[in-house]
Amino acid sequence: MTIRQSGSQPVRIEQDVVLARQLTRKVASECGMRLVDLTKLVTAVSELARNTVVYGGGGDMDWAVIEDAGRVGLRLVFRDEGPGIADVKLALTDGWTSGGGLGLGLTGARRLVDEFELDTTPGQGTRVTITRWA
Amino acid sequence: MERIPILQMGEFLLVTIQVDMHDQLALRLQDDLTDRIDQTSARGVLIDISALDMVDSFIGRMIASISGLSRIMDAETVLVGMQPAVAITLVELGLTLPGVSTALNVDRGMNLLRQRVGRP
Amino acid sequence: MAALQNSTLEAIVSNQAQLLGEWLAALEANGATRNIREQDLRQETRDFLQLVIDGLRSECGTEIGVAGWEETRRFLEKLSASRAQVGQESHQTAYFIFALKGPLFTLLQAHYREQPALLAEQLWEVSQLLDALGLHSIRTYQKNREAVIKRQQEELLELSTPVVKLWEGVLALPLIGTLDSQRSQTVMESLLQRIVDTGSEIAIIDITGVPTVDTLVAQHLLKTVTAIRLMGADCIISGVRPQIAQTIVHLGLDLGTLTTKSNLADALKLALSRLGTSTGERV
Repeated sequence: MTIRQSGSQPVRIEQDVVLARQLTRKVASECGMRLVDLTKLVTAVSELARNTVVYGGGGDMDWAVIEDAGRVGLRLVFRDEGPGIADVKLALTDGWTSGGGLGLGLTGARRLVDEFELDTTPGQGTRVTITRWA
Repeated sequence: MERIPILQMGEFLLVTIQVDMHDQLALRLQDDLTDRIDQTSARGVLIDISALDMVDSFIGRMIASISGLSRIMDAETVLVGMQPAVAITLVELGLTLPGVSTALNVDRGMNLLRQRVGRP
Repeated sequence: MAALQNSTLEAIVSNQAQLLGEWLAALEANGATRNIREQDLRQETRDFLQLVIDGLRSECGTEIGVAGWEETRRFLEKLSASRAQVGQESHQTAYFIFALKGPLFTLLQAHYREQPALLAEQLWEVSQLLDALGLHSIRTYQKNREAVIKRQQEELLELSTPVVKLWEGVLALPLIGTLDSQRSQTVMESLLQRIVDTGSEIAIIDITGVPTVDTLVAQHLLKTVTAIRLMGADCIISGVRPQIAQTIVHLGLDLGTLTTKSNLADALKLALSRLGTSTGERV
């Protein structure tokens, strides 16, 4: 697997969520991703970026255009040093929420992407990695 | 301060969302709409999202809220112009917006509002 | 571990014309010019040899995953893609690379005539490099072929699941055969797009031709109906036989406010009556 292009941007304030969406849309469409897949990815990015700002206390989004034997995809990592998620199993159940929202962020995002990984340590932070192939 | 404009057309209010909204802007729209319904005693609200290429859970919840709040204020809300890719994504997200009326475009939306609101 | 010597690199650089000549001859003898123009093949061999030289010059070793071999990998990926497009087999794509081995070995044998140990080592290094590049091209070829087939399948799906305009404002989608998830998605997307394009308010999905309706199919139909409603249109499912209705109830599925009819004609009648009423109330 090789990395064709990559970058990182802060996800600290609300406006960063919009910027994250716009960047994802631009890069994904350059990869040739179809509209429906692209829309799902951008929506997942919106959910996760918002989580990072609202629940993670702000963090960063690393992105990379990856290539694996001919197929191209976009991998994004949302990382923060916030409170982390205490009960991961619960968090990945539909309807769970820690802050009053409807809790669709994580589970919803998961359904919209091809690969989803959640790494979290209570008190230390959270790291969510998503991938969508074009 | 950035705001999404609200047009008054008789007893209806028309909102066309054309920008990529950050959360504050969405909340501001919700507040502005409820204020305007109150001020104008509007009977219907038409939200045109034909230019939106993404609707996430936050915006979805905002739309559902507007619909609920308007109803309490005796106004009907119709959401028009959702793009296919957006519809597919919302369904996958599990956000089905129950209780929100929809129409294909502004024309049909207006017709629907007129029928719903009727002549009292 | 042994490494490719500078002297090997120099030997290759100084004998390019000869290498290219022998390589091209081997390719032609193997039928490589059957559906590729000779001058294109000539250019490709020239380009590839130059890339190999550049890669070796960058001294990044013979491990082809590193940045120093990126240009070469890209070249091979493009090559594989173009070969896949013209329907060449994967072994022909790999042979493009392997056919270079013969001329290279001959060259090295002459160059290291007096040093058999070094010769053996260098032959091994060169062989490893070309093998790795050959494998890469095969892998890429497979992926490209799969992509071409997938695209062809999708096009076929589009053709085999036509959305029909039954009446002003009424579309029908007769589904035939089993609904696998890939097909369901393509079908759903094209139906939704047609709804927008034609401004049709009612879509009738006819499942008479679908042999089994299991949980997955039912869930998929439900998702489609929900998406259609979000867009501002509505959906009627027709062709619901009694057994299907029983299966659905038996599976404990809640189809909510889904409207169903046992045949297309009834569904059309219902659709027209809905469009005809001006109350806008959902029946």
